[in-house]
Amino acid sequence: MPGLTYSAPTSVDDAVKLLAGSSGLAKVLSGGTDLLVQMRSGRLKPELIVDTKKIPGIMEIREEGGGFVIGAATPGAVVEAHAGMNKAWPGVVEALDLIGSTQVQGRCSLAGNLCNASPAADSVPALYAAAATAVIVGSKGRREVPVEQVPTAPGRTSLAKDEFILEFKLPPRPARSGDAYLRFIPRTEMDIAVVGCGISVTIDDKGVCTAARCSLGAVAPTVLLVKEMADALIGHTLDDATLAALDKAAQAACKPINDKRGTIEYRTKIAGVLARRVAKIAFDRASGKTVKAH
Amino acid sequence: MNYIDSNLKVVGTRPIRPDGVDKVTGRAVFAADTRVSGMLWGKILRSPHAHARILSIDTSKAEKLHGVHAVVTAKDFPDIANEEAFVGEGPMNFRDLSYNVIARAKALYEGHAVAAVAATTQAIADEALALIDIKYEVLPFVIDVEEAMADNAPILHDDMFTGGVTPKPTKPSNIAKVLTFKKGDAEAGFKDAEVIVEGKYTTKPVHQGYIEPHACLATYAADGQITIHSSSQGHFMVRAYTAKLLGIDIANIRCTPAEIGGGFGGKTLIYLEPVAVALSRKSGKSVKMQMTREEVFRGSGPTSGAAIEIKIGAKKDGTIVAAREVLKFQAGAFAGSPIGPGCMCGFALYDLPNIEVIGYDVVSNRPKVAAYRAPGAPITSFAVESALDELAEKLGMDPLTLREKNAAKNGSKTHYGVTHANIGFEQVLAAVKTHPHWKSAVPAGQARGLACGFWFNIGGESSASVHVNEDGSVSAATGSPDIGGSRASMGMMVAEVLGVPVSRVRTTVADTASIGFTFLTGGSRVTFATGMAVTQAAEKVVDELKKRAAMIWEIPADAVEWKDGMAFPAGSNAGAFEPLDLTAIAAKAGRTGGPINAEVSVNAQGAGAGFGAHICDVSVDRETGHVTIERYTAVQDVGKAIHPSYVEGQIQGGAVQGIGWALNEEYIYNDKGQLENPGFLDYRCPVASDIPMIEAVLVEVPNPRHPFGARGVGEVPIVPPMAAIGNAIRRATGVEMHNLPMSPPKVRAALDAAGK
Repeated sequence: MPGLTYSAPTSVDDAVKLLAGSSGLAKVLSGGTDLLVQMRSGRLKPELIVDTKKIPGIMEIREEGGGFVIGAATPGAVVEAHAGMNKAWPGVVEALDLIGSTQVQGRCSLAGNLCNASPAADSVPALYAAAATAVIVGSKGRREVPVEQVPTAPGRTSLAKDEFILEFKLPPRPARSGDAYLRFIPRTEMDIAVVGCGISVTIDDKGVCTAARCSLGAVAPTVLLVKEMADALIGHTLDDATLAALDKAAQAACKPINDKRGTIEYRTKIAGVLARRVAKIAFDRASGKTVKAH
Repeated sequence: MNYIDSNLKVVGTRPIRPDGVDKVTGRAVFAADTRVSGMLWGKILRSPHAHARILSIDTSKAEKLHGVHAVVTAKDFPDIANEEAFVGEGPMNFRDLSYNVIARAKALYEGHAVAAVAATTQAIADEALALIDIKYEVLPFVIDVEEAMADNAPILHDDMFTGGVTPKPTKPSNIAKVLTFKKGDAEAGFKDAEVIVEGKYTTKPVHQGYIEPHACLATYAADGQITIHSSSQGHFMVRAYTAKLLGIDIANIRCTPAEIGGGFGGKTLIYLEPVAVALSRKSGKSVKMQMTREEVFRGSGPTSGAAIEIKIGAKKDGTIVAAREVLKFQAGAFAGSPIGPGCMCGFALYDLPNIEVIGYDVVSNRPKVAAYRAPGAPITSFAVESALDELAEKLGMDPLTLREKNAAKNGSKTHYGVTHANIGFEQVLAAVKTHPHWKSAVPAGQARGLACGFWFNIGGESSASVHVNEDGSVSAATGSPDIGGSRASMGMMVAEVLGVPVSRVRTTVADTASIGFTFLTGGSRVTFATGMAVTQAAEKVVDELKKRAAMIWEIPADAVEWKDGMAFPAGSNAGAFEPLDLTAIAAKAGRTGGPINAEVSVNAQGAGAGFGAHICDVSVDRETGHVTIERYTAVQDVGKAIHPSYVEGQIQGGAVQGIGWALNEEYIYNDKGQLENPGFLDYRCPVASDIPMIEAVLVEVPNPRHPFGARGVGEVPIVPPMAAIGNAIRRATGVEMHNLPMSPPKVRAALDAAGK
């Protein structure tokens, strides 16, 4: 039987070398809440596991240049407990808060959620809407890319074999900005999104949207960043006509499949419903209201 | 003796559960926790096809793999005769059971066991499975019940001819049998009706969803003596089936029950034990097997899905004059759905003059169904109770009033021949009427549903023993696996009869070599039947204790009376002696005739039928179709609650499983007939946050046939939820909900179709 090597390097260089030197399937481990489940079910049989959690700084959050830098392996629970993140990016925090259970949140990470590359990942639409970037390290050095350039297909990313995400950067927040994330599931928790939607907006003092980023999860092979949804918001207050335009844009962007978690027809309708509900929360937050999404 | 009107000290109280500490500290020994040194791991190879002829099985490569000790296929089991048996909760054909445990000639569903290996590690066993080379001829398959009944459907069994029809058919069919029940003249009744409701309903197969997957450890010793550790609802059932399937004498098998992590009917038959024994016989070593959750879904029985047509006619005053129901039940790959109870239970709640019910038992390419809480009753009651709600609305009548008007009472004759006696349905409806939930205004944005349910409850064969230990403490043992708190209730009944605190009594579940035959735990029979046995055993012990006191005092035995756990002289004529308690009498047992104990075996008759009514408030998110259960109250006649907390727990658990059945649970098959959601992530049982606190209301109409008045309680509570929720959704949205599950996509689609 093939063996399994586990390694927990303490530097980026060592981690990259291990990944580059592996001849078989090598997997990066952060929290392991996806990887271990996939190994247990027999779906994945890696030869090498590189645990990144011992790399300095990779499990921390720091404020930098008015924004936030979140270490790739930072557990969801740590992000949820961070006052600055709650204030600036409640949508990102509430998206993370939906992953798995309380126990899972003690381990699961943003990098894992992004690199697992599931279209239904909860934190990913929120990161897209937040215009987050990923700092990627590898043999060829360090590069910083928008998060939406990481997943390429279900279970696939643009990362090379010897690359992994070291940290995420969330940009500084202009005044009167708000974000939100909602997902639809048939139950109330412990479920996978049938549709997810993340929206981040900035409004002026009259409530007119000046900037917006909108994303949808579980309605296409990857999470979508939907410019047409943003266009429906920018230049408008959130009145019924704007909401209707947003709903329409969301439905038009959907390219879902029929599967055990939802039908094409249902997912498309729900994308529109969620877009309206998420936009309301994001606008309320931008106007200074404290709103609980779920 | 009958204690119904006695001043009870223990029965009806809420002592701490005897199995609680072990379970919350993780120390309880479930089936998969048992290991012995040198044991092998057994694993099963399952069919990837929904329907396929097995052309050949080559196990030679697997046998050569280092670490593999045995490989078995159907060839290692006798091809037994076609013989009906009643060992489990429903009729079971031994040959079908054998073919279900390991496929012979044909694989009849995806997940059907075809071969098994035993190896030194699980990893080697897995590797060996991959080396078994099976040549299949893939056959057309059928999943849906009505498609399976169609003329051109792929036939599962060439030798199955529909029973219950004349003349005897000449062509094989997937319809195993047709049942007909008639009372009065339904056709004439409908002519009298002033208001008629009609509808077609469908329900999906749902799994019992026990937390503990099937597991066992079997040893076939060199002298042919067999021991089996496994968790089941009846270790005598495991023994009987294993003996039959392997052609072994029952006396050579000893089954020890493990702590059971849920059964709900699904552990009233076996899957692994004969395979483990066959592997052990071949390898000469102990073999441990445990299913994964995926195997539980692919290979073990859910309950039937069904298609139901119903018609009910009434007078304008609400008097129902005729009812007709046609039920088509999926049995899975082998005949034997709960179509019988399905035909009986729906109308059993009402005193109706004219009834006709026709039932079809239908095979298709999915796992053989197993019992699930009140088998068949929830399916038929979903249709009946939904139709009644529509009738009430059409009549402009309160749904509770309609039920009160037609409720079965003592003396009402059912359409299956039984006349109701000592039932408490009217009392249940009266308790609904006065309950604060029913009397409260429906909150804005919500709607309220009501539905009722019935289950026969059964008695049957049980054995129990009661031993007075040397120090006066008491050991009680029964042959009933404890799936719903029976160790607590048995101990309480013993303590009550002996007049000692329940803390002095310890109850265990004895293995098959240590107690008399006991029918399995199912049909809500244990508190009734085994309770009767344990009560009688305790009474015999009291008689013996009185004799022993008489010997100590040197007076006649009938001059001793037993009160509050002590022997007293029966009056001043008997003499003046200090009372003797259990400790004092036990201390002298050696000098008064030896150990003090009694074992009683009964075949208990007269289980009181159970009735319940559930009230449910829901809100519906019209944009997503998501239904929230806002408030839930379950009222039930329990006869006498021996341990009320356990009884409430049974009612809450049944209601929760019914809520899952109503809202989200279903099997999703792909176009190859393979199950797409064999796990709890996508087979959506309710999670805790989906459910409000369920208020259980205990109505106690004593069952005079039980010493304390108990009647079964575990099955009735899963019967009403689907209709209660469906009725509430209909009242909230104006849209009829006739198809389960009422999941968000279906509710939204129904709203869209109705333009609401």
